[in-house]
Amino acid sequence: MCQITKKSYAGSLESSDVLVQISPNPGKGLEIDLKSTVKRQFGNAILATVNDVLREFDITEAFVSIDDKGALDCTIRARVSAAVCRAAALTDYHWKVG
Amino acid sequence: MLTNAVNRNIPEKINNKKLIPYQGEFALSPADAPVASYRKLKKRTPDMGNKIQRDLTAAIRSVGLKDGMTISFHHGFRDGDLTVLPVLEAIRALGIKNLTLAPSSLTDVHDPVVEFIKDGTITHLESSGLRGKLGKAVSEGILENPVVLRTHGDRVRAIQAGELNIDVAFLAVASADEYGNATGCTGKNICGALGYAMVDAKYAANVVLITDNLVSYPCSPISIDQSDVDCVVVVDQIGDSALIGKGAARTTRDPKQLLIAENTTKVIEYSGLFVEGFSVQTGVGAVPIAVTNFLGERMRTQNIHAAFALGGIGAAITRLHQEGYIQKILAVQSFDTEASAALCNDVTHIETETGTYANIFGNGCCINKLDICILSALEMDTHFNCNILTGSNGELRGALGGGPDCAGAARLSIMAMPLIRGRIPSIVDEVNTICTPGTSVDCVVTEYGVAVNTARNPDLTERLRKSGLKLFTMQQLKEMAERLTGKPEPIQYNRDKIVAVVEYRDGSIIDVVYQVLPE
Amino acid sequence: MVAEKIKLRRTMMYVSGSSPANIAQATIYGADSLMFDLEDSVSVNEKDAARFVIYHALKTIDFGDTETVVRINAINTETGRQDLEAIVRAKPDVIRLPKTSCAQDVWDAEAMIAKIERNIGFEEGTIKLMAALEDPSGILNAREIAKSSKRLIGMAIGAEDFVTSMKTTRSPLGVELATARGLLLMACREVGIYALDTVYSDINNDEGFLEEVKLIKQLGFDGKSCIHPRQIKPIHQVFTPTIKEIDYAIRTFGAIQEAEEKHSGVIALNGKMIDLPMVERARRVIRLADAAGILDGGAYGC
Repeated sequence: MCQITKKSYAGSLESSDVLVQISPNPGKGLEIDLKSTVKRQFGNAILATVNDVLREFDITEAFVSIDDKGALDCTIRARVSAAVCRAAALTDYHWKVG
Repeated sequence: MLTNAVNRNIPEKINNKKLIPYQGEFALSPADAPVASYRKLKKRTPDMGNKIQRDLTAAIRSVGLKDGMTISFHHGFRDGDLTVLPVLEAIRALGIKNLTLAPSSLTDVHDPVVEFIKDGTITHLESSGLRGKLGKAVSEGILENPVVLRTHGDRVRAIQAGELNIDVAFLAVASADEYGNATGCTGKNICGALGYAMVDAKYAANVVLITDNLVSYPCSPISIDQSDVDCVVVVDQIGDSALIGKGAARTTRDPKQLLIAENTTKVIEYSGLFVEGFSVQTGVGAVPIAVTNFLGERMRTQNIHAAFALGGIGAAITRLHQEGYIQKILAVQSFDTEASAALCNDVTHIETETGTYANIFGNGCCINKLDICILSALEMDTHFNCNILTGSNGELRGALGGGPDCAGAARLSIMAMPLIRGRIPSIVDEVNTICTPGTSVDCVVTEYGVAVNTARNPDLTERLRKSGLKLFTMQQLKEMAERLTGKPEPIQYNRDKIVAVVEYRDGSIIDVVYQVLPE
Repeated sequence: MVAEKIKLRRTMMYVSGSSPANIAQATIYGADSLMFDLEDSVSVNEKDAARFVIYHALKTIDFGDTETVVRINAINTETGRQDLEAIVRAKPDVIRLPKTSCAQDVWDAEAMIAKIERNIGFEEGTIKLMAALEDPSGILNAREIAKSSKRLIGMAIGAEDFVTSMKTTRSPLGVELATARGLLLMACREVGIYALDTVYSDINNDEGFLEEVKLIKQLGFDGKSCIHPRQIKPIHQVFTPTIKEIDYAIRTFGAIQEAEEKHSGVIALNGKMIDLPMVERARRVIRLADAAGILDGGAYGC
């Protein structure tokens, strides 16, 4: 299991990007707060991606705030991954093929 | 419920009126009836003095505006409008309620109209479009009865058919005299052509002119004439000319917009219609202006002249006219001071009333003579049906304008738009709202390439092969977009509440807009 | 005989890893190659985030026929080594090594890439390399670098760093780069790899840009790196054979055929003898035109 040890963020509020902020959430499990300019069309898809990345890192306790400006799925994946690595002080990410 | 020719379900009755479902571009004919008019003969003797009223309140009183009446405005100042809100405030102060607001269109600056709906001053809307907070509020169901949305040509048809009866038209004009002669092209704040306002001036029961530049009698040139006008009010400022085109007259540096413009220009060049004496409507906005500039370069190098350009006119078209590459201009609206000034100074730059321009039952309108028009859409489906009203989130945020009119009439209707905007694909399985039927569209031009509607234009594909443009089917474009963005979820609507009906040019109903559910 | 289409590398457009907005649609401007950058356009604090952005973009987005290149950070840094771990797995066509000074730099990168390839089951040599020569040692070692690896598909000159180490600045005529460009070109031509010129930074100077493109085309470069979509079209126009050139090339081949039919030993066109270099140039014109998609009838017997 991977621990969120400090508040951290990745991304930006520029168009087609997303700002992801992750902070410790002691005793309260996973909480995700989603704001998005495309929430009606892609809200569920964004949440699925965020959850997918958190699962990959085995994060079970964190407060995740997503402020999305219409980022593509691969960008959301990249920003959440970067934010997790920073917030958990991970240096040896397991890069995968395909 | 009835199903129309573009497969949309249309209720049988709305606003106490029986609806006619859309049946095809030229399927309907008008009723055999004289043109409707609310105009009355009016007596004004020489001793009655001029028509000046000291302020808006006095003007509103003098024309007898009462609860439940219909008022109108023109939108020639677009985002620079400074007339609609002060008039509504004066009306509210008089305690008049339950009005129908039926301007030629509304823009982002009209967000505060929401407040006048909340306090009951306005209870019904008819417009070409709705945007911003007003569009959002209407989509969320702020009004009891559905808004009626009409194209520019259809609005004139509806007025002449007696479906839209305007009790008082409040018309901003750049210069007027004390007896009600007026123009848009001289003064402190000019908006050039008064194509929209000319209609209201002719058909409204009462006409109030609002100006910030009173000139000695007679005002010239005369776009609105004294016999149509009941009173004149002088205010500090009617509008801000600089905001009409919102800087759209500037040449864009955005590479994606330039690429779409270059591709669009190639379509025109290879369409077979780019020959001596052609006609074109380009419109304004970043892409259309870039197209105008690119097309201008080709007209110069290939020595090809246009017989006329039409519609909303900006500096780019005006310059080509002045260089002699466009022989005449038919201007419904002027988008910048350069175009406005030219209208005043050149008899071949012709002010054109909206009905003359696009009324399908106007005994032959200008766009019937149009070869090429460049339009845009928020969304298109794989059958080329276009949505120019509702955003991908289902909220009203656009305007019909003259889009469905021109697409239906022109020989070559080009939709120029990006395949994706941020994460939003513009070519989808089903658009939120059908405004222009796919049968009116010849092709769509994107940053990736072109899809041709072979059913409307069987020869275009072959012609475009020589252009070097990449050709796709709509299905292919849709899939390319979805590969990048993912497939958006359909918008959740409350199907029990219709917030707007969308009229086709002939007054039939092409689609309805439902209330959006909260996010 | 129809020759295999040659790979065009007229334009290699920079796309920074720090701005995701420009990545997905980078192909629309028609650059022959896209170069996703993790190096100079990304600030030190954002290296990790940019790496994730490019990694996921390459794994997700279909860039079609456009060649994908990733410029990583120098591999003698931890950042550069992490870049390699991530990017090789995302499988771009090419990895571009910055600030290459000697053959050893390429060998080091090659060893690391080969190890990753073996770990993840890629055929060894899948990922190609490009070397950017950006200092005097790189230029002076151009020959050994060019010969250093089978993976190496080309070399580029990085002028900004180079002129700084030469105690000078860039100028419109590029005299300060004359020797470096010449040495790099000869090293590339000796082994038959691509030679790519440096960026032109003033995106608003269309005239100066065009002059430089013409200059480097005349010197013999295969293409040029660019930093803005508006630079692509002018480069392609300069590097695409003109109708006149194509026509001359076709007539050259016609003359050869005619001579063969007549069993004539001497081949002449318009009274001028056609020698071997002329045939070679004509062949190149046809192949470039073909690759650019401007030949009507297909191959011309070359």
